[in-house]
Amino acid sequence: MKSSNPHWKRRALAGIATLSALAGNHWASAQELPSREEMWAIIQQQQAEIEALKERVGMTEGTLQETQQAISIASEQVEATASFVEEVVADTGSGAASPRSKTSIGGYGELHYNFGKKDQADFHRWVLFFGHEFNDRVRMFSEVELEHSIAGDGQPGEVELEQAFIEFDLNETDKLKAGLFLLPVGILNETHEPATFYGVERNNVEKNIIPTTWWEGGLAYTHQNASGWAFDAAAHSGLYVPTSGSKAFNIRSGRQKVGEAEASDGAITTRATYSGLPGMQFGVTAQYQGDLAQGTLAETADATLLSAHADIQRGGFGLRALYARWDIGGALAGVNGADEQFGYYIEPSYRFATETGDWGLFARYSVYDTFAGDDTDSEDSFFDLGVNYWPIDNVVFKADVQFTDYADSSKNEEIVNLGVGYHF
Amino acid sequence: MVRLPGLFAIQGLLPVSLQPFFLDHMPIRLATCLCLTLICMLAAPSIEATDEVAEETYLAPDQFLADTFDQAPPKPQVLWLTKSLKPRIREILGHDYPAVRIRYWRQENRTAWILEEIGKTQPITVGIAVEDEQIARLKVLVYRESHGWEVKYPFFTDQFQDASLEDDMELSKNIDGIAGATLSVNALERLSRLALYFHQQTNPPPPEA
Repeated sequence: MKSSNPHWKRRALAGIATLSALAGNHWASAQELPSREEMWAIIQQQQAEIEALKERVGMTEGTLQETQQAISIASEQVEATASFVEEVVADTGSGAASPRSKTSIGGYGELHYNFGKKDQADFHRWVLFFGHEFNDRVRMFSEVELEHSIAGDGQPGEVELEQAFIEFDLNETDKLKAGLFLLPVGILNETHEPATFYGVERNNVEKNIIPTTWWEGGLAYTHQNASGWAFDAAAHSGLYVPTSGSKAFNIRSGRQKVGEAEASDGAITTRATYSGLPGMQFGVTAQYQGDLAQGTLAETADATLLSAHADIQRGGFGLRALYARWDIGGALAGVNGADEQFGYYIEPSYRFATETGDWGLFARYSVYDTFAGDDTDSEDSFFDLGVNYWPIDNVVFKADVQFTDYADSSKNEEIVNLGVGYHF
Repeated sequence: MVRLPGLFAIQGLLPVSLQPFFLDHMPIRLATCLCLTLICMLAAPSIEATDEVAEETYLAPDQFLADTFDQAPPKPQVLWLTKSLKPRIREILGHDYPAVRIRYWRQENRTAWILEEIGKTQPITVGIAVEDEQIARLKVLVYRESHGWEVKYPFFTDQFQDASLEDDMELSKNIDGIAGATLSVNALERLSRLALYFHQQTNPPPPEA
């Protein structure tokens, strides 16, 4: 703090010196009192000092008030700045606790290397997710997928719409879905981002029996409540399987993917799920297909799919187990035993954290048979061993080896798979 | 017999009797579908019963604060996310918290926080009360993801009760996840650690002996 009167110290010292001199005189000549003129001079001198000190104190108080004012102005400015920043963040929807952007983007992708009888590298899936929230009760989900990297005439890949539906909240526990959606069956069909499962390739049971990834167009109702139970019921488009040739009644070949799909015969899917114990999920699905041949045969090839699964994660230990079975009506499907098709697998795993990310080890035994309805041995089984490494939650590196045991032993091989995947 | 268009062949729009199906082999097919439908219907009473639960699971922030502070929440205070806090926040979340400051409520040694974090693609809004360096309550206030609905309910969130923050910024308890909703579960776990850290930073008075 600067004084506007830099001479006050000097004057104070001068005053003190004068006083001392006078006091000295006084003690030197104890009998001699100062004269009235001298007294007057002393008083005047002291008065001047008092004035100087008063002035100094006044200045200090003034400066203090100025400082306090400056602080409160600065606080207001900081407050205004923060409020403005928060408003900007709210408007752009990029911050926490703010009205968000109504549109969200996500996606996933996975690159696979397979070394077996045939060695290949394949960017198996690249998926982009778009969601939009119209309001608190109505929203849209959609997913576009590019399979095998290149689509077009003579190319291995396809561009597919995997999900596109509107979801309506009826209340806190009940929802309706209308559009193109993933069917509520098995473990992987609705949740198949690479970082959520073990093994580079999806297991053969869910691929060939369920057949994942499986979507249809229609209407679905879901009820989920605080007990941990959830129920789904959906009415949707049906499968349309080939009825002759090597793929006759092959379920996976029956997926029409809702592309100008034959819809004379639809299907109904119901599912019950219990996940009221953290880390555990149990699900049962039953589905009825009106006619797998969509009215192209003289008979009706109606079909039923039953599936049950458990997905358990306690601490680092994991266990996935699934059973799925088709029963197809009509005489034609029974000719080569395709009237019964089933599969099951069991997959124990152990995941642990390290400084640089999580590691997981797994083993999987799986069996499936698409011609189980006759006496011919047509059962294929597989044993997989492998490891997942997650440097972060959204990214995974995978390596596994698969030993095959086909009914046709000439097809047997050992396959080493490597993969990397992400989702966000 | 009511027919579902598209489920069975529509021939000249005349209803087709379902009788042939019942006489078909394996009536178990339809029986199973009917059984599950029956279970759904049996669950219907619980739809009414969940009205109370709905208040318990989907809370407005005001309601969460009222419940946390015996219906009389204190005035909010502000924690500025200054340079000195940022390294720890980043360590916990893996990124900065997208705000300049955070409002919180404190009464003696209990604080309440309303925080947001993205699960898979959508923000999850969570209310967390901390007392004596431990989580006293954790409630999901708004959940917008399509998977992982389970995280809204007490059978999942009760796991966070009494969890505290270790020296390495990890939770003192293991949280079991939800199948198919790893990212949402992890987001909640991160926010619980953040609330515990913020609570430490506000230096609440020690509990009276």
